[in-house]
Amino acid sequence: MSDATSSRDTMAPIRRPRRWHIAVFLLPAFLVYSAVMILPLIETLRLSLFNTVDGEPAFVGLANFKVLFGDARWAADFWNALKNNVIFFIIHMLVQNPIGVALAAMLSIPKLRFAAFYRTAIFLPTLLSFVIVGFIWKLILSPIWGVSPYLMDLVGLKSFFSPWLGKPDTALIAVSLISVWQYVGIPMMLIYAALLNIPEEVIEAAECDGVTGWSQFWKIKLPLILPAIGIISILTFVGNFNAFDLVYTVQGALAGPDKSTDILGTLLYRTFFGFQLQLGDRSMGATIATVMFLIILAGVSLYLFVIQRRMRRYQF
Amino acid sequence: MSKARASLSRTTLVHLALIGYTLIAVFPVFLTLINSMKSRNAIFRNPMQLPTTETFDLVGYTTVLGQGDFASYFQNSFIVTVAAIALVLLFGAMAAFALSEYRFRGNTLMGLYLALGIMIPIRLGTVAILQGMVATGLVNTLTALILVYTAQGIPLAVFILSEFMRTVSDDLKNAGRIDGLSEYAIFFRLVLPLVRPAMATVAVFTMIPIWNDLWFPLILAPSEATKTVTLGSQLFIGQFVTNWNAVLAALSLAILPVLVLYLVFSRQLIRGITSGAVK
Repeated sequence: MSDATSSRDTMAPIRRPRRWHIAVFLLPAFLVYSAVMILPLIETLRLSLFNTVDGEPAFVGLANFKVLFGDARWAADFWNALKNNVIFFIIHMLVQNPIGVALAAMLSIPKLRFAAFYRTAIFLPTLLSFVIVGFIWKLILSPIWGVSPYLMDLVGLKSFFSPWLGKPDTALIAVSLISVWQYVGIPMMLIYAALLNIPEEVIEAAECDGVTGWSQFWKIKLPLILPAIGIISILTFVGNFNAFDLVYTVQGALAGPDKSTDILGTLLYRTFFGFQLQLGDRSMGATIATVMFLIILAGVSLYLFVIQRRMRRYQF
Repeated sequence: MSKARASLSRTTLVHLALIGYTLIAVFPVFLTLINSMKSRNAIFRNPMQLPTTETFDLVGYTTVLGQGDFASYFQNSFIVTVAAIALVLLFGAMAAFALSEYRFRGNTLMGLYLALGIMIPIRLGTVAILQGMVATGLVNTLTALILVYTAQGIPLAVFILSEFMRTVSDDLKNAGRIDGLSEYAIFFRLVLPLVRPAMATVAVFTMIPIWNDLWFPLILAPSEATKTVTLGSQLFIGQFVTNWNAVLAALSLAILPVLVLYLVFSRQLIRGITSGAVK
């Protein structure tokens, strides 16, 4: 960076002095970012190739991964966490993003009254910490307090109530829906912004052709906001495969009942940091982090190089 | 005529749907706040009722303030958040200025390098971050958290701020150069004041994940002296699970600052999301 003179400058009659200020401007951000984020990330990837052999750290190649994917002690937990994480992501894609798009579509109706109020209120949960969200919902869904049975009674569904968070076959869905409740504001806002950016003329032209209401949304607006839907999908993907806090606050580090809500983040925490009788294992922790990194990298690359390239961008 | 009626009924439906979802979004928060101010019996007998003179009781709050060291947790969260935001804004703006103002070899590469962190979560490097913090003796200090959050915030800050800095007029900067201002003076005295709205947006975006983070406080700074309010309330509630008054009061105390800040800054925040963030 410091020898920043470009080739064109050497042709110029007066040679510019070295522009040290560019380096000064870049250096603090570069240093902190590299030292605290990039180097540890690389070091973590490197550690996944090492393990302790006879008390000495030794290079073991891909042996850690073999253990994680195939060893009886690890594989069951790992595949269970991965499967749960995929379900967690699918529920977000099927529930959170459609609701977000629907809310944004309603909010963007021109001259809708109270739109600012709705927007502010619906975005509120997104700002709360997982700790708050997790415990609030734990209380509300708790059969001891009886708020949910009472509310379901109002709409005549009381018989369907059960302690969802405590049952292995419903706990994961319940936790995913809590997360959806918290994060629906983000797709809503991004889609809302995309809808506002559609120029008036396009909508007017559609109306002149008699395309209004539902068909206008499906045929005109939806294709135009596809890039924004791509962005919220990849944000959801990265967020979900990196999630930890909500499961940890609602179900604890063991991600109960019976590990039915265990996702990669909680597995990483337990493996690396240890929990109760289990001792922390640095190498296996690094291995799980590496797997998460590769999953996220694959998702981001798929988005950047395949989905985003194919999507037509409309310039107004 | 019929068209007007159709659109009227459609508007009504839209309002009903939005009110319905607004209730779903706000109700849990509301329920927590009202029940935190009620006596134990009233919490269970009539969860939906607003506190009345008979059921009004602040016993939960007295328990929380007496038992947990919430003042110190708040102070820690505050120090970490403010310091990290200040560093993110300063370092991020400086880097964004260098990238958007000057043409130099490696400009694009540097931009891409700094943008990596927008998509790849810093959490994945935790194993080595903890190792590094242990080696430098920073475990259980607020400095460790500040460093991590600064690194976490820089990528998005550089990205958003450099978009905005491209819009600052070149004439203004060149006029400054002719008047003999150094590049540093141009940055600090001409450009920074002009991108203040974008800085506010970045500050809000940076603040929320820092204030709410549980992962790094749990791993890097779990000691009593360095607990943040998120970690503190997590542990406090874990201990007092059966004391509903205390749990609800602790939750309310954790919600209130966020709620107040949000009501004050919601316009800024929403404008930030709907303008700058989506490109």
